[in-house]
Amino acid sequence: MPRVPLTWLAEHVETPAGLTAEQLAADLVRVGLEEEAILPAAVTGPLVVGEVVERTPEPQKNGKTINWCRVDVGAEHNEPGGDPRGIVCGAHNFDVGDRVVVALPGAVLPGPFPIASRKTYGHVSDGMICSARELGLGEDHDGIIVLSTLGIDVPVGTDARELLGLGEEVLEINVTPDRGYCFSMRGVAREFSHSTGASFTDPGLPVPTDERPAGFAVELEDDAPIHDVPGCDRFVAQVVRGVRATDPSPTWMQRRLQQAGMRPINLAVDVTNYVMLDLGQPMHAYDLARVAEPIVVRRARTGESLRTLDDVVRTLDPQDLLVTDSPAGRGERIIGLAGVMGGGDSEVGDATSDLLVEAAHWDPVTVARTARRHKLPSEAAKRYERGVDPQLPRVAVARAVALLVEHGGGVADDGLTDVDRTVVPSPIELPADLPARLVGVPYTADEVSATLTEIGCEVRGDGDVLHVLPPTWRPDLTVGVDLVEEVARLRGYDAIPSVVPAARPGLGLTAGQRTRRSVARALADAGLVEVLSYPFVGADQLDALAIGPDDDRRRAARLLNPLSDAQPLMRTDLLTTLLDTARRNVARGESDVAVFEIGLVTLPQPDARVAPRLPGGVRPSDDDLAALEAAVPPQPRRVAGVLAGQREPAGWWGPGRRVDHTDAIAAAQVVADVVGVPLGIAADDARAPFHPGRCARLATADGTVVGYAGELHPNVVTALGLPARAAAFEVDLDALLAATDGAPLQATPVSTFPVAKEDVALVVDADVPARDVLDAVRVGAAASEAGDVVESVRLFDVYTGSQVGEGKKSLAVALRLRAADRTLTAAETAAVRDAVVAEAGRRFGATLRA
Amino acid sequence: MSDDTPTLSPLDAVGVEAAVKDALAAVEAARDLDELKSARIAHTGERSPLALANRAIGALAPADKGTAGKLLGGARGQVQQALAARQEVLEAERDARVLVEETVDVTLPADRRPRGARHPLEMLSERVADIFVAMGWEIAEGPELEAEWFNFDALNFGVDHPARQMQDTFFVARADGADGTDGADAGLVLRTHTSPVQARTLLERELPVYIACPGKVFRTDELDATHTPVFHQVEGLAVDKGLTMAHLKGTLDHFAQAIFGPEARTRLRPSFFPFTEPSAEMDLWFPQKKGGPGWIEWGGCGMVNPNVLRACGVDPEVYSGFAFGMGIERTLMLRHGIADMHDMVEGDVRFSTQFGTEI
Repeated sequence: MPRVPLTWLAEHVETPAGLTAEQLAADLVRVGLEEEAILPAAVTGPLVVGEVVERTPEPQKNGKTINWCRVDVGAEHNEPGGDPRGIVCGAHNFDVGDRVVVALPGAVLPGPFPIASRKTYGHVSDGMICSARELGLGEDHDGIIVLSTLGIDVPVGTDARELLGLGEEVLEINVTPDRGYCFSMRGVAREFSHSTGASFTDPGLPVPTDERPAGFAVELEDDAPIHDVPGCDRFVAQVVRGVRATDPSPTWMQRRLQQAGMRPINLAVDVTNYVMLDLGQPMHAYDLARVAEPIVVRRARTGESLRTLDDVVRTLDPQDLLVTDSPAGRGERIIGLAGVMGGGDSEVGDATSDLLVEAAHWDPVTVARTARRHKLPSEAAKRYERGVDPQLPRVAVARAVALLVEHGGGVADDGLTDVDRTVVPSPIELPADLPARLVGVPYTADEVSATLTEIGCEVRGDGDVLHVLPPTWRPDLTVGVDLVEEVARLRGYDAIPSVVPAARPGLGLTAGQRTRRSVARALADAGLVEVLSYPFVGADQLDALAIGPDDDRRRAARLLNPLSDAQPLMRTDLLTTLLDTARRNVARGESDVAVFEIGLVTLPQPDARVAPRLPGGVRPSDDDLAALEAAVPPQPRRVAGVLAGQREPAGWWGPGRRVDHTDAIAAAQVVADVVGVPLGIAADDARAPFHPGRCARLATADGTVVGYAGELHPNVVTALGLPARAAAFEVDLDALLAATDGAPLQATPVSTFPVAKEDVALVVDADVPARDVLDAVRVGAAASEAGDVVESVRLFDVYTGSQVGEGKKSLAVALRLRAADRTLTAAETAAVRDAVVAEAGRRFGATLRA
Repeated sequence: MSDDTPTLSPLDAVGVEAAVKDALAAVEAARDLDELKSARIAHTGERSPLALANRAIGALAPADKGTAGKLLGGARGQVQQALAARQEVLEAERDARVLVEETVDVTLPADRRPRGARHPLEMLSERVADIFVAMGWEIAEGPELEAEWFNFDALNFGVDHPARQMQDTFFVARADGADGTDGADAGLVLRTHTSPVQARTLLERELPVYIACPGKVFRTDELDATHTPVFHQVEGLAVDKGLTMAHLKGTLDHFAQAIFGPEARTRLRPSFFPFTEPSAEMDLWFPQKKGGPGWIEWGGCGMVNPNVLRACGVDPEVYSGFAFGMGIERTLMLRHGIADMHDMVEGDVRFSTQFGTEI
């Protein structure tokens, strides 16, 4: 994101004395430019210009020679009494009389590297003579900076921080994608002016219009425009001859480039970068000797490739827009990816003396696609894809040429290439009251008109409708609401009043939303802790849960760009990720874990279609919407839990109780009870990751399976490092909700007649499920002569052993009986008992335990 | 001499008085119920002097019976009364002592059942939902793995717009065997914001619409102290006739105050989102800000872009709307002083447990 050195900004807009980066950030945020960071000054503390008055080379035992110097750093900084300071220096590229940069004790150089007076090589060195690298001014570490070689001649004692721009804070701003022009000092200065009213001189205006002789031949063609927009509608170029192109650029320019986050290279490259940062126009300088007329702008042909400046050979796509030249055939040699990056062959080199300076306007979509395709988010591409002012190329070329001539000693050709196919857009029709209607502030038509004029629009008023032609640097302004934002922004968002709207009366939470909350609350009340886990899983995790190759849970949606290649899949059940969470808790020392999660799983359908590509801005047809819907896989909401270790803790009251399968089933039962759906429970011996003998399949009345609960398979428990006998459940909340009809429960009246209690012990074969026996008890009791007087049935004991015989078990059941209208007689109670025994006998050969 | 021989004459007033005095002294001296029982037997039992004297009344001359009866009746009544009174005192003492003896250490741990808890992000989402429901809004939800059209195109993110690239989107591959080659994308993404629910709602519901959409969203950010690839947002959408940015501001102010207290203040500043125009960032005044009170970014908002309304079949000439969104994680971090994202996403029970079941 762009960086704004304050002194640079001040070239285009009047800034108050003493403006800090913090204040600048506050001013800019009001108009929508957010602070990204404030970059501190590169150097703090005393850094001054000194003159070497004595230099004594002293060979050292280690073979090195150091220089013991006396440096005059000015009256203010010299030693008490006025003597020059003694400084040890390891470099040798200077002599007595040279002016150098001296960091005095108390200074902090980039690193941070604090400078102090210190004893070294038998002297007290009272400061440091600095190299460019030590000051963060570049990589040059061959020697210290000798100011005369930079063309700087200032008195000793001068503040070198200011001289070299090292004391300045830099504001980095965050520019939203619609505001491409703020990737320049020009744009930021304008916005500062909008925010503060400071006087602004636009360096992008006026655009020169003088007629010039024809320049370097350039031809634009485009046989495959994207969205009917030609790839290039403006190409300006000019030749400068006899330039010292590879000399270093002036120090001030280098410093500004560094402040803006770019590396100085040489004069030719630095000038084009400098103008880009200043005006916002990306530029390119070709070695004139290495380009042949005419330059042809065209789309790439299949099979073409280009070695770009970063020394990567790139295979081109027919949508890539190219700058080519014509050494043999017309447009046969590729010299750049338009608006993205130049090619290596026409690069400025040591032998370069004549330059062709180019500034063009490229189609944002073309540049964006090419930059993305080749993964080249260059500074140029960043600007073009956000929109560059199509009138800037003339200004930018003139500016760059002037800088090259000034600092590189060249001569510019009279001739100028300017292929201009830009089209002036039609004005936007803006109802004068639209800003007031949308923003809720009563702006007058005059205010609207004045504000839009201030941002550079041409406004023609005609009563209720304004005809607004946005400035060329604002390609983002295309419709009325864009202008509304500009009015609101410049008049200030602070002016917008606060009014709570009266919504249409609503119906509150849906049944599903209410139920989900109740389920979560009930599980928490049952002692489980809610957690959240990421939905990303890998095949390894499914393997660890022993989920078979043909299991539906293997059919998972796969991400094209997962964060981890080990987890490219979207979970098809919650337990896969929740077990991992449980494992992490155990690994962190929680020996007893009871966790649950409520979340979506993704269940891709085997016959799924790819979602259609549809345009924005228009409502899709019903068929298209249906196709979109069909492409989105079902994502039911599930609730799952894992329990491990002690379910009830041991304590001073006695031992605890370890988790077993009943805890998982009970938790699933809690969920079903909250939803209000009776659960059918049956054994399931083939459901991973459960114990084949301790897993319950849970179903609704119509047989729809809604989940599983039970003890985990011992192998899974071992693989995950969970405490033995860990248990788990997972239930489909959506399926449970679908099993309710939503109708309010109809209450049963409470009988006040006395209760009769009857215990029955039934002996059945050991493999008869208790649940089936209880069903028989209920059915039998309800069918008794006494009528349906069963209030509750509770199994309170299971006995196996010699008293009931081999292969048998006794189930003891407590019945509570009560009639709605009378006190039950002993005969009636007995009849119920007999009916129960009879039914159980009929179904399972059950007998009453003797 | 048999044991039943009276030692006291029923007419011996002085002797009776002495016997009563003895009895009262014995009652008074009884330190517990056992001693009191002994005293009762000794002084009112069948062989006690008063009882024997009483029994001897029968042998007296008729003329003396009245006098003796009166004397002994009064005396025995006096003793019985003292016994009853003492009995009550000693019983009370005993009851009190038993309660003292039953004293337990009530500070022993009472956590015999493990405590459960809700995840604070879920609770905060619900709390947010309640605030909007109280305003008459409804809560809408949608899929997390979403059609790209709903996530981007419907919301005015052009295919080539930089904003679409800035979303750090997870793309979903075509299923093996589905039409098209494996490895190509399926036109599906993990939603990068909850905004597709807005588009779905506008397509499904009748106007006007006032909805809040809390939910999970996904960006390709690695987990660190301030980023997580999976996080939660809540978005609001109102589409009605005559809605303005003032209504947006009013809604946000109310919401901020409901979450952060009556002193909460919000600030809008210009920004850009493809689906709103004008757009704004919403800042919250945060007194606890590190380094001193100041504004901190809380969310984005704006007036619904007419292109979004059109994509959802709503006529922007008739209806206007506003939308806003903010991160639940960020809100939770601000509200509860949470410094590191890890705690919220790792599923450590120690984190959730702090919050209990109400936030």
